[in-house]
Amino acid sequence: MEALLKEYLPILIFIGVAVGLTLALTIASFIVAKQKPYSEKLSAYECGFEAFDDARGQFDVRFYLVAILFIIFDLEVAFLFPWAITLGDTQLFGFWSMVIFLGILTIGFIYEWKKGALEWE
Amino acid sequence: MGFTFTEIMPAWPEIFLACAAMGLLVLGVFMKTGAARSISWLSVLALVATGILEIVVVPDGGRVHIFNQLFVADVFTTFVKCLILGASAVGIIMSLGYNDREDIARFEFPILILLATLGMMMMVSAADLISLYVGLELQSLSLYVIAAFRRDSVKSSEAGLKYFVLGALASGMLLYGSSMIYGFSGSTNFLQLAKVLDADASAGIIVGLVFVMVGLAFKISAFPFHMWTPDVYEGAPTPVTAFFAAAPKMAAMALFISVLVGPFGNLVAQWQQVLVLIAIGSMLLGGFAAITQSNIKRLLAYSSIGNMGYALIGLSAGTKDGYSAVLIYMSIYLVMTVGAFAVVLCMRREGRMVEEVKDLAGLSKTQPAMAALMALFMFSMAGIPPLAGFFGKFYVFLAAIEAKLYILAIIGVLASVVAAYYYLRIVMTMYFTEPVEDLDRNVGPELSTIQAIAGAFVLFFILFAEPVVQMTNQAIASLTSG
Repeated sequence: MEALLKEYLPILIFIGVAVGLTLALTIASFIVAKQKPYSEKLSAYECGFEAFDDARGQFDVRFYLVAILFIIFDLEVAFLFPWAITLGDTQLFGFWSMVIFLGILTIGFIYEWKKGALEWE
Repeated sequence: MGFTFTEIMPAWPEIFLACAAMGLLVLGVFMKTGAARSISWLSVLALVATGILEIVVVPDGGRVHIFNQLFVADVFTTFVKCLILGASAVGIIMSLGYNDREDIARFEFPILILLATLGMMMMVSAADLISLYVGLELQSLSLYVIAAFRRDSVKSSEAGLKYFVLGALASGMLLYGSSMIYGFSGSTNFLQLAKVLDADASAGIIVGLVFVMVGLAFKISAFPFHMWTPDVYEGAPTPVTAFFAAAPKMAAMALFISVLVGPFGNLVAQWQQVLVLIAIGSMLLGGFAAITQSNIKRLLAYSSIGNMGYALIGLSAGTKDGYSAVLIYMSIYLVMTVGAFAVVLCMRREGRMVEEVKDLAGLSKTQPAMAALMALFMFSMAGIPPLAGFFGKFYVFLAAIEAKLYILAIIGVLASVVAAYYYLRIVMTMYFTEPVEDLDRNVGPELSTIQAIAGAFVLFFILFAEPVVQMTNQAIASLTSG
């Protein structure tokens, strides 16, 4: 049990440092820094959404399209990592399976490009 | 690991169809004008070619498992896939004129149908819970999109959204059931499951089985998971509705058979009672709820719920004759429903679609040929001999009686009497009421051809019933050969 817990000591230290450091910085900014709030400073950041607003507010559907396209290619990368690591075991079969998958994805990419999904205006 | 090209021969049709769909997608997006029509016809060509390939590669007798037992091919899968391919091709052809007139002709439509068809073929050939799910999702995701294809219409968008939300729920149920089955048996493979499971299965397996059945019952829109059907059928564009009522139903029913007969073959006593309940509920609901419908698409939706009930009678019999009867029933249902929807697609007045039953008033005087064909389909659905629909019902009831499910058979006959009322009401509207206004006549040659072929099938089925029965028997024999 003792030995098992020792293995986790670095994590404990990490948690300790993380909590201590963040607390120190937060508290220090209250004590040391000058507090001069005004309306511009307190408003949401320029291109962000209002933090407390009607959830049914409208926004441009193109955000949604970009988000979906991002997720597709993001997932593809997530899929590539385990493939790259196990390639030694899966050999040529694994290699060509991924090439086929990437080929299918590329067809989707050609389609969205030609359809103009990547153009903002 | 690794497969040679000849080893995976049974999967050639699927691979070909996948390549064709992607190739046509790229072709369509590079074409400047008129893409919709030419891509549609090329898609039909691709479906026909896939069908021919399917017949070429069919393994003679027995079952062939490939891809580490994820995929299976036999006479059964070939039979079902050919029907699905045919229904999809007809679905695309029926949509041509409609999409043009309604100004929603896009080349993506036939591509989505191709991908849905590919998903259905994968479902039918699935030999593992994982490949089953992947095929089912490919089919469902494509169908959600085409349900909402008329995206500027509120009704169509609503239909797509409803179908999506409820379909996702059903997929969740199916997955939950699969995870239970895997947890209690240690395998997702159908062959393994068939070996491991015996008649006294643990409660976990039964719960899993019931959840899988719920998911599948949703896909064939059987009672009590039918709620989405009328709304989706009414809201979706009519050719999409016609497609929904045909190919996906056939695929899901085939999947139902192969899942229950394959991995759960030893649990007949357990799934039989669930199926009997579902079948009775679907038949009664299909019979009674349709009586008050005035919209013909809703009416046909309830009719399809009822028809699924009759088909399930054969499955719940749990005998080879019963399974074979389901295949016969579904083949006949496919033709009848495609024919009926081809008539509904002709219901236009001054360039607009009309969908009420009363709009058919006096059709026998204004367009006698179409009225006669519609009457033929309705009589056949009501199960009046010697039309095709009678044989479908005859074989399922026969199977139920041989399996000593007398109450089920009696309720089935009574429900079909109720259902006959509203089928005959349509015939009465066409023949015994005065026409209010004429329907448009220029419907295009495709629809009249489809009506005529379906009508000929329904009328002359009695002449070639024997070979069809032999074919389905052969299909079931290869399915149950293990």
